[in-house]
Amino acid sequence: MSDTPVTYVRKEMLGQKAPPTSEVGPVRWVRENLFSSPMNAILTILSLYVVYVVVSHVGPWLVNGIWDADSLTECREIIAATGDGHHSAACFGVISARWHQLVFGYYPSELYWRPVLALVVFLVGIAPVMFPSLPRKLYIVTMAAPLLCFWLLWGGSIWLPIAIALGFAVGVVAHKLLDTHVSSLAAIIGAIVLPLIYWLYICGPLAGGLASIIPLGIEFVPSRSFGGFMLSIVIGLSAIVISLPLGILLALARRSDLFIIKTCAVVFIEVIRGIPLIVWLFTAQLLLNYFLPPGSSFDLTLRVIIMVTLFAAAYIAEVIRGGLAALPKGQYEGADSLGLNYWQSMQLIVLPQALKISIPGIVNTFIGLFKDTTLVVFIGLFDPLGIASAIRATTEWNGIYWELFLFIGIMFFISCFSMGRYSLYLEKKLQREHR
Amino acid sequence: MSTLTDPPKPGFRLSQLIYDTRYRSITIQVIALVLIIGAFWWLGNNTVNNLNALGKDFDFGFLNSAAGYDINQRLIEYDNQMSHGRAALVGILNTLLVAFLGCISALVIGVFVGVLRLSKNWVVSKLMAVYVEGFRNVPLLIWILLIGAVMSESMPQPREFRGEDATQSMYFSDNVAVTNRGIWIPRLGFSNSISGEEAVAPIEGATPVASGGADWLLILGTLALSLIAIRYIRNRADKVQQSTGDRPTIWYQQLAILVIPVGVVLIALGATIVSPYLKGFNFTEGTHLRNSLIALWVALSLYTGAFIAEIVRAGILAVSKGQSEAAAALGIQPSRTMKLVILPQALRVIIPPLISQFLNLTKNSSLAIAVGYMDVRATLGGITINQTGRELEGMLLMGAFYLTLSLLISGGMNYYNRSTQLAER
Amino acid sequence: MKKTVFFGALTAAGLAAGMASAATLDDVKARGSLNCGVTTGLVGFAAPNAEGEWEGFDVGVCRAVAAAIFGDPTAVEFVPTTGQTRFTALASGEIDLLARNTTWTMSRDVDLKFEFVGVNYYDGQGFLVPKALGVTSATELDGATVCIQTGTTTELNLADYFRVNGITYEPVPIETNAEGQQQYLAGACDVYTTDASGLAATRATFENPNDHVLLPEIISKEPLGPLVRHGDNEWGDIARWTLNALITAEELGVTSENIEELAATPGNNPEVNRLLGTEGELGAMLGLEADWAKNAIMAGGNYGELFDNNIGESTSIALARGLNAQWTDGGLLYSPPFR
Repeated sequence: MSDTPVTYVRKEMLGQKAPPTSEVGPVRWVRENLFSSPMNAILTILSLYVVYVVVSHVGPWLVNGIWDADSLTECREIIAATGDGHHSAACFGVISARWHQLVFGYYPSELYWRPVLALVVFLVGIAPVMFPSLPRKLYIVTMAAPLLCFWLLWGGSIWLPIAIALGFAVGVVAHKLLDTHVSSLAAIIGAIVLPLIYWLYICGPLAGGLASIIPLGIEFVPSRSFGGFMLSIVIGLSAIVISLPLGILLALARRSDLFIIKTCAVVFIEVIRGIPLIVWLFTAQLLLNYFLPPGSSFDLTLRVIIMVTLFAAAYIAEVIRGGLAALPKGQYEGADSLGLNYWQSMQLIVLPQALKISIPGIVNTFIGLFKDTTLVVFIGLFDPLGIASAIRATTEWNGIYWELFLFIGIMFFISCFSMGRYSLYLEKKLQREHR
Repeated sequence: MSTLTDPPKPGFRLSQLIYDTRYRSITIQVIALVLIIGAFWWLGNNTVNNLNALGKDFDFGFLNSAAGYDINQRLIEYDNQMSHGRAALVGILNTLLVAFLGCISALVIGVFVGVLRLSKNWVVSKLMAVYVEGFRNVPLLIWILLIGAVMSESMPQPREFRGEDATQSMYFSDNVAVTNRGIWIPRLGFSNSISGEEAVAPIEGATPVASGGADWLLILGTLALSLIAIRYIRNRADKVQQSTGDRPTIWYQQLAILVIPVGVVLIALGATIVSPYLKGFNFTEGTHLRNSLIALWVALSLYTGAFIAEIVRAGILAVSKGQSEAAAALGIQPSRTMKLVILPQALRVIIPPLISQFLNLTKNSSLAIAVGYMDVRATLGGITINQTGRELEGMLLMGAFYLTLSLLISGGMNYYNRSTQLAER
Repeated sequence: MKKTVFFGALTAAGLAAGMASAATLDDVKARGSLNCGVTTGLVGFAAPNAEGEWEGFDVGVCRAVAAAIFGDPTAVEFVPTTGQTRFTALASGEIDLLARNTTWTMSRDVDLKFEFVGVNYYDGQGFLVPKALGVTSATELDGATVCIQTGTTTELNLADYFRVNGITYEPVPIETNAEGQQQYLAGACDVYTTDASGLAATRATFENPNDHVLLPEIISKEPLGPLVRHGDNEWGDIARWTLNALITAEELGVTSENIEELAATPGNNPEVNRLLGTEGELGAMLGLEADWAKNAIMAGGNYGELFDNNIGESTSIALARGLNAQWTDGGLLYSPPFR
């Protein structure tokens, strides 16, 4: 029995068979991802229908867009001539004709290189902060960038930014001299008070004097010529950059043990955050002049930058407060045990770590702020939306609507989305480093 | 620091104010206080001087003078002969209305999208991602403008509903009209109204009805009482479950308590549905949800909803998988795991940022200016300031209103945070 | 004038604008340019073109004043203002002159402390409706939805008009003319109401202007004119007489074409000579050059030329002179004599 050959036993292995078609490739993917349950199937079909409706309505309009028309009438004629019904093509001619205004506002067209260069300077300046692997020497650009950008954008005499920069030198020198010869406290007071006196009373005449002796400068551009995305970027970036030190001080004040300082910081932050930006902008527009000495009046763009800076400072303060709170308590205690005083421990131990944790939050605040710069249209500044209204008020493009908003929306989307990705990347990196 | 090791020196020298850490904080605070008071004095002094120079005074009397302008959406009685103060109140109520509606719908959208974005369905999750990123990365103002334009461009005009050859018709058996001036929905009228308002027939030959605040108060009061009763029943069921292990079936009791008392009140008041109908240029009767309200509401809820979706997603991801496995191991029914295990933990992560989104939405409602919704900024902060030239007083009042609202909401958030933190070990 | 050196430094940087002081003319001269408030954009009246240069009827007034002061019509900074921000901009000294189709009313003149220097356009509030509605009179508008610009007198006029006639309406508030036009064309409102000139300008840009009619009722008087701050009469005089010079020039037949000739070879019309500064001391009285009016007229032509080039019948806006004709032609333009 035992040696009866077992005929039905296979001697060699079967070749591997291809899995059923429903379990491989696109079919399996579709089955698992789109139709795994009746509910999922319904959702898929519903979603595809939504996509279809949107694409079928917007697609032809986009694809048939007319790019080379000088006015809406001309564009409508072209559409009528091609003869595919009413409103089925976009008039992107408005963008090819006016894109420079949407981007630069009324900045003189032969000087477009200046804002572009300013942006490059800014990016180079911020690079060592963003990418720590870069050489530390780039921090020199970082220090010079704010005044350099200011000068490139507005132009005018080169002596004013230099005279302003001298103020910082005055502060540093005062600090060093007083620290070695008098005391550290006098050094701090001197480093704050002397530059202030310098800026208030000496800086202006000095710059004026130098300019009259050696007139060196580039063409001055008034801030009224600023507009479009350039204005949004100028307002957003300068507000974030100036508000950063303010926000750090506010955050430290809010966590301080000193009752009066803490109360002031809390009141300031809550009042600013409790009231919508648009109300603050109207305040800048309508009320700021009431609060300044009679007869003095700032340029509106500058007033807006001041107001947006204060606004951003309150938000940045909260972000940094979060960073300070997230720092393990041991860091504070370690600093104390080394015998560092308050400012030393903040400067050397706490803030470098807290700021690093806060960078994603700061970037997110900036994204929000950048989007909110569109609100300045309501006080008569020519941000992209303001330029859009101005374009719509000209005889050539009266009545155009969707194309402009689409363009502005896409531009905002691209910049905000990429910044958002960057902040996400930072967050992930920080999480890895902290593990 | 050094003061701990040094023996305390007798007497008090002036330099101690700076070098002694015991006194230094007081010195710093006094200096700060003086500086702050000085700054405020400077600002106040400037303001007084400027007002004098302009020949203006600081006076809220303008709030009592006749406004002279009309407001389309008014939740309380208002006409153009009433005061600026009344107009401001109408605006405040409109702000609160759109903020309230927006918060609810943004929450609903946010929860749906947040859950769907975690779905395994590729198309759905990608679609939701497109929605979230699209709305988060484009300024709200552009969305408001676009949605406002879509509303007015793509919906039919009221006159297309008119006549024999009407190209459009109303929905839900002639009860809802969707036009480019807004949506008209039916309203409730009461033939035995207790509000004391004069009853009028909405259309010739119909029963005369009135609708007043008192009627609605009665209905809402009844509803509130019913809800308290339902809560009581549920608590009793919980007790029974804890003592016996069996949960009594109570849903039909709850349903009955919810429906019957309100039904009785409605019948007693003689509630009738008043449908909108076309008369002259527009629809009349019913409740008119204006375009401006809808555009602002939709834009605010879609925009904030995108942010809430991210918060909800993060909240759900924050609850570790072990929690639901542990719940299963304990024998908790899958249907109750969400409610008893996951949600309470996710909510603790979700609620604080959620409330701050509600706060943002409320503040963003001031963008009503873009679609001409008559909120407090448009009435008090817009037309009133413009007609009376009282920008200082008007802006102060408006700022105070927004600040109070924000503080109330964030106060509520802090209260909630404290109550949830107690549950933590 | 109280200003710290810090503000001085900012002025040097061009960041601090307009120091509102008692002597606006001195400030303007020191600055080297006139700050003129205009609308953020209304076809024909003020709008920046593709090069960012401002053009329009109101812009013409600004340029004329700048030319009268500096002899240079381009020495103007145009400050776009909205209906809501225009008065504050003027009161705070941000702008020296507001030329933004602003209605002269008593409360604006007295209570808001402004001085209207004249009228450059006599207007009235009208109604624009689609022909398809079949409406022939504003009294038939009971229950209509009306688009209306906020922050203007039209809002109050409308409320008064419907109240007096015992009819109701539904206001749809809008911020800008472009928005109003879009809402109206989409049918989100039955009626668009604003100054009749603005309506005509708006209608002219429609795809099918003939499908829309202006109703015969003009429900208000809207004298539109440039204005300055209260309290600086010398500055007000300059603005007022520049406007009058433009009007008088048309009345006397002085145009931008023949003005060089008339100024070079003084004729025997003494008023023309006084106007062009070849006779008398009118310029010095204002604290300006003798040829101030000549420069003002050369900036964009006399009143009639400004009108014709920007909003007149030859343009797409196609406004008839109507009330804005010279008094000699049966209109209301009547400049006091140059003497």
